[in-house]
Amino acid sequence: MRITVNGEVRDLSALDPDMPLLWALRDVVGLTGTKYGCGVAQCGACTVHVDGVATRACQTPLSSVGNGQVITIEGLNTPVARAVQDAWTTLAVAQCGYCQSGQIMSAVALLSENKRPSDADIDAAMTGNLCRCATYNRVRAAIHQAARSLA
Amino acid sequence: MIPLNPQTLRPSRRSLLTGALIGGVFVLGFQPKAQAQAPGGTALNPFQAYLRIAPDGRVTVISAHFDMGQGIYHGLATLAAEELSVPLSQVSVEGGASNPRAYGNLTAGGAFQFTGGSSGIPSSWERYRRAGATAREMLRSAAAAAWNVPVSEVLAENGQLTAGSRRAGYGDMIAAAARLPVPSNVALKPASQWTLIGKTPPERIDSRDKTNGSQNYTLDMRLPGMLIAVVAHPPRFGATVQSFDAAKARAVRGVVDVVQIPRGVAVVADTTWAAIKGREALTVTWNEARAEKRGSADLRKAYLEAAERAGAPAANRGDADAALGRAARLIEATYEFPYLAHAAIEPLGAVVRRARDGTIEIWGGHQMPDIYQTIASQIAGVTPDQIKMHVMKSGGGFGRRAVLDGDVVAEAVSVAKAINWRAPVKLTWTREDDMTGGRYRPMYVHKMRVGLDAQGRISGWHQRIVGQSIMSNTPFEGFAVRNGVDATSVEGASDTPYQIADLRVEVTNTSVGVPVLWWRAVGHTHTAYAVETMIDEIASATGKDPVQLRRELLAENARERAVLDLAADKAGWTTEPAPGRFRGVAVHQSFKTYVALVVEISMSGQDVRVERVVAAVDCGIAINPDNVVAQIEGGIGFGLGAILGEELTLTDGVVDQKNYDSYTPLRIDRMPKVEVHILPSTASPTGVGEPGTPPIGPALANAVAKATGRRVRLLPFAKGMTS
Ligand code: FES
Ligand code: FES
Repeated sequence: MRITVNGEVRDLSALDPDMPLLWALRDVVGLTGTKYGCGVAQCGACTVHVDGVATRACQTPLSSVGNGQVITIEGLNTPVARAVQDAWTTLAVAQCGYCQSGQIMSAVALLSENKRPSDADIDAAMTGNLCRCATYNRVRAAIHQAARSLA
Repeated sequence: MIPLNPQTLRPSRRSLLTGALIGGVFVLGFQPKAQAQAPGGTALNPFQAYLRIAPDGRVTVISAHFDMGQGIYHGLATLAAEELSVPLSQVSVEGGASNPRAYGNLTAGGAFQFTGGSSGIPSSWERYRRAGATAREMLRSAAAAAWNVPVSEVLAENGQLTAGSRRAGYGDMIAAAARLPVPSNVALKPASQWTLIGKTPPERIDSRDKTNGSQNYTLDMRLPGMLIAVVAHPPRFGATVQSFDAAKARAVRGVVDVVQIPRGVAVVADTTWAAIKGREALTVTWNEARAEKRGSADLRKAYLEAAERAGAPAANRGDADAALGRAARLIEATYEFPYLAHAAIEPLGAVVRRARDGTIEIWGGHQMPDIYQTIASQIAGVTPDQIKMHVMKSGGGFGRRAVLDGDVVAEAVSVAKAINWRAPVKLTWTREDDMTGGRYRPMYVHKMRVGLDAQGRISGWHQRIVGQSIMSNTPFEGFAVRNGVDATSVEGASDTPYQIADLRVEVTNTSVGVPVLWWRAVGHTHTAYAVETMIDEIASATGKDPVQLRRELLAENARERAVLDLAADKAGWTTEPAPGRFRGVAVHQSFKTYVALVVEISMSGQDVRVERVVAAVDCGIAINPDNVVAQIEGGIGFGLGAILGEELTLTDGVVDQKNYDSYTPLRIDRMPKVEVHILPSTASPTGVGEPGTPPIGPALANAVAKATGRRVRLLPFAKGMTS
């Protein structure tokens, strides 16, 4: 099993093909920016991009990744991503920060598809990302700010 | 229940155990002899306790408090940097531990280190400014000596020391400065000279790391050779391991060992996934002889019955019974509050490593590191000073990481010991462990009777509170529970600021095997709801404006009145809301911070939408105004989620909710707009981590009553709106 993570090919043949991508990333590849929060696709903390699509790594068995290009928070490197991360920082979105990798991955995926998301678009794209610190208003404001800065 | 064994918490010989009631909240401590012998003491060398300065001038502040997201690291950096005169961009913060003299929480007399009760800022306000100022003066003296000029000619600004044309970075003088005698009573900057306190910096110091995935939490720890442990815990509180069959678990690829520990059976593996699969394959037979087998329905029945009987008096003003007897009319109400889980997004965990020389390191979100160190030392059979505690930032906490029995630290050390210390161990709780692991906000019933006289004035207030005590059945019961009253069950009700001449608050603490704990704002999470909705009910029963009635009853309470007025003003309370919108108000003080909220809602059928929340807060001097805003926003969102839909229930003693699909914190689509207004103040700063949470429930309930006439007294709303 070979998987491309942040542009690098990783040989993960030694692993159980049922192992969720989340645990392979965190425990084997050593990329711990992708977080574990629930394991059942309910919190979004584990969100990564597979071929640009926001994907819950905790419910993605390694065997299903195939030739998909996996991008994690550590590998974000597009103008949209930079705009999102800058907006996140200037608006001090993070409190504990634990959910924020996932929030940012979802936000980048949203803005890559939709240059000017409405509040309803944001709700639809971000409702799967739980923030127990309830930083939601700043998440929303940062998405709007990033959209403006990219316009 | 996970019993707290007094033996486990026996303080070490070097310490004596003390306890104190602070702000209505009991705190406990290990008081080291050094402190006991030198009250006031000599000033600590800031370079040994609170600050490091690298040769390149970068400053590391050592924090006495644990950061679970509340921003205390940023707060302490601000205080130290203000006096040290360095830009915040040059400052980072790391956790300190194992030095109660330096890090003991001063709101508890400095006896031991803990974070909680929104006390981080009150404890640090003086301490971290003084550390910065003392360091600054030592740097100036070192420069003066090196340059052979009077100290008065040396300026310390922006991380630079200058005298005439001489110039050096702080890093250049640090070696000499650290060796100087420590001056005492260094003058602190007057408010007029502050450049950081009260201002909003371009960035919170940890924003970058928390935005690019580089912030490390306990569960992110990776050490060479480290193994991962997942523990099978009993399905019912109080059960213990009878026997287990590990054959199938050991057959799972990656599983290295299966060991029994006091609280269950641990599966140890090379990856988290293997440990989880191994646990699924494990068969454990539990001894449930002493397990709690009652469900929520049984408890509810028992609590409602208990509410019919007198409890221990927690407050007694005037003669409530006589006043109620005279009353022209009575309002009676019974409120029901469910168990609540903290459900912090980073599940609990801890990492343990023993070195060849026998010393041990423990990484974790250590909210009470001294206590955990003592407990760990007893399990490991070493002295506390052979254990180094690494205090990690955590993915939330909300009270869950302050546990008197060491909890996951004890589990992790037990696992490492059970595998003969042969590898570092990361103990990981799954979300399911975290959700079903107990330590909930207790379930409570309040039964209230309030009388009104013919003029509509309050004639007797009787409030009976039934629920588990947080401090009973802990080694600290003797200190914490006085005359049958645990202050954490009644705070916010027994000390209500409302001028009610005849008031009695009683409490009956129940005995249930479900472990309970402080949950963001503790007792205020239920008392504020009962009191503030009852005040509203009195207002409607007497045709008074809810803000006006509160103002009258708070005639002597200027700070409550000021936030109430500010929130009402900013929300346009005296104007009519838009058609279809309804407003509710609440004001509540907790942990010496005053918060008033005006909530505006719309309804579609039974579905409540919170459209807007206007908050006014008085926390004394706002050190980091933007962080105050963030904490109030977050506290509101956290409380709103609970009020709308969170509840933890049990069936035959087994927790029903296992994950975020059935235990449902607020999500973005339900988050209202929040405006936070900070009252300008010169009073000493108080904490803001908790006080935003208590008033949101009652403000919302009062708006719903306005909209529908319905008084929701059964929580959460998901239940109370439909029953
Ligand atoms: S860990 Fe994947 S959605 Fe929660
Ligand atoms: S910032 Fe703490 S969970 Fe989102």
